[in-house]
Amino acid sequence: MKLKEKIIEFFLLLSGIISILTTIGILYVLISESIPFFEKVSVIDFLTDTQWTPLFADKHFGILPLLTGTLLTTFIALLVAIPFGLTIAIYLNEYAPGKFRNVVKPILEVLAAIPTVVYGYFALMVVTPFLQNFIPQLSGFNALSPGIVMGIMIMPMISSLSEDAMYAVPNSLREASYGMGATRLQTALKVIVPSASSGIIVSIILAISRAVGETMIVAIAAGQQPRLTLNPLVPIETITTYIVQVSLGDVVQGTLEYQTIFAAGITLFILTFILNNISYYFRKKYQKKYE
Amino acid sequence: MSNSSFDINRFKDKLFQIAGIVFTTFGLLILLVFIVSILVEGLMRLDWQFITSLPSRKPEEAGIYVAILGSLWIMGLTALFAIPLGVASGIYLEEYGKKNKLASLIEINITNLAGVPSIIYGLLALEIFVRILGLGRSVLAGSLTLTLLILPVIIVATREAIKAVPHTIREASYALGATKWQTIWNQVLPASAGGIVTGVILALSRAVGESAPLIVIGAMLYVTRVPTHPLDDFTVLPIQIFNWLSRPQKGFIINAAAAIIVLLIITFILNGIAIYLRNKWQKKVKW
Repeated sequence: MKLKEKIIEFFLLLSGIISILTTIGILYVLISESIPFFEKVSVIDFLTDTQWTPLFADKHFGILPLLTGTLLTTFIALLVAIPFGLTIAIYLNEYAPGKFRNVVKPILEVLAAIPTVVYGYFALMVVTPFLQNFIPQLSGFNALSPGIVMGIMIMPMISSLSEDAMYAVPNSLREASYGMGATRLQTALKVIVPSASSGIIVSIILAISRAVGETMIVAIAAGQQPRLTLNPLVPIETITTYIVQVSLGDVVQGTLEYQTIFAAGITLFILTFILNNISYYFRKKYQKKYE
Repeated sequence: MSNSSFDINRFKDKLFQIAGIVFTTFGLLILLVFIVSILVEGLMRLDWQFITSLPSRKPEEAGIYVAILGSLWIMGLTALFAIPLGVASGIYLEEYGKKNKLASLIEINITNLAGVPSIIYGLLALEIFVRILGLGRSVLAGSLTLTLLILPVIIVATREAIKAVPHTIREASYALGATKWQTIWNQVLPASAGGIVTGVILALSRAVGESAPLIVIGAMLYVTRVPTHPLDDFTVLPIQIFNWLSRPQKGFIINAAAAIIVLLIITFILNGIAIYLRNKWQKKVKW
């Protein structure tokens, strides 16, 4: 009996260890394939060259165009997601009747469950043509419309997680504020939002991280032209799109072309790793506060 | 407080309320516009011929049969790998390894893995499953990739569900002479099954919509044969949609819209079941 218990515990542990192996695997793969890349291309060039043309005869390996493409679409997404997400969160938590909140919140969460390839379709076939009515110089592929669509996708993340955080603020704080004669808006902005700030920050950082790593929307609607620009109206390329672009061809292992996707991948990984750890830090802080 | 600043604050309050209603309505409206635009574009194309046809160079003959079966294969194998692994590590973390170093290391790892972009999993799988293990661009390689991707979701859901089981249940079981595993298997797991199943279904609905990591491992854009065993080539519904979207002909765009309707139906059904189970389970479990 004792032995059987031990064996079962061992197998359960083994399953848990797979998560550690996955992390080790990711680090091993990204690093081991990037080393030969950085033996041929200096890190300085990688970080400062303003062109990314590994697939052309005249090869340049500057990550900056991919990085600005990624940050540009992310920035546009946040311009949509943060005001919408936070306003909706405050509205649902402080103003809306409970029943309305219970109906609306899950419906908005549906937005986050839609597969990203479907959002790519919306960006390319619905939003870009719509925007072209107002901005005639907008290219068929651009950073603007995938950015907006990405913002719509991550908006429920911000609204839902922030709402949870505000919901967790004890009612006594709210009542104290009302007792002082404050309006709902004053209570929300001066009492509830500051008290729930860790949770709100976590939701925003997670949304940023999601936008940085998002692939299919930009692969479908942003174009595949690595370009060092902050102009949202022209085609650009993100880190993720580049990886997709190369994967669609036949990548031969060991070639420089094969290694570039890992160099791009490690850049993406570092970026999201930093973001996730900041959010982890805030989450720890937030847990301490309410438990 | 003077009267006028009181009025201004009241006015701001009202203004924000209106903004809140407008923004919320706008969010719901966007969802509606998206769904209607897909239906308008794709509904006419969606018939039995479309669902049962093989891919073709001609848009009006092409269908999603291979992609649907590919998605079913991938879902089935992913579930086969991910459910036991995810539930087992959830049980380990919650019931056994709560305090030791290894458990906290696993825990930090899972938090980190949940935030890794899905395309990075594709790079991992390309190197480990496709190249080193030599699985090629197969159904097996694809489902192992998605297994790693959705494991954190299942682990977290399992832990939450197990956490909700009160300690009195465990103590009663121990008092009757049950061992730790007997207690988990006979008491804790049945009591938390609702929450675990909910998490599993949400994870699978995520897997069925994923395409980026599968493109990286080289899932074929043009597969004409239905997979018959785990080492066959495959394509899935989202990749089929991506493929059609990247072609210039209008006919393929209509096909993409029709395929999106099918993909959305699958996603919404899975999410609907999950929401239903969550509500039912939350109501039932009141100790």
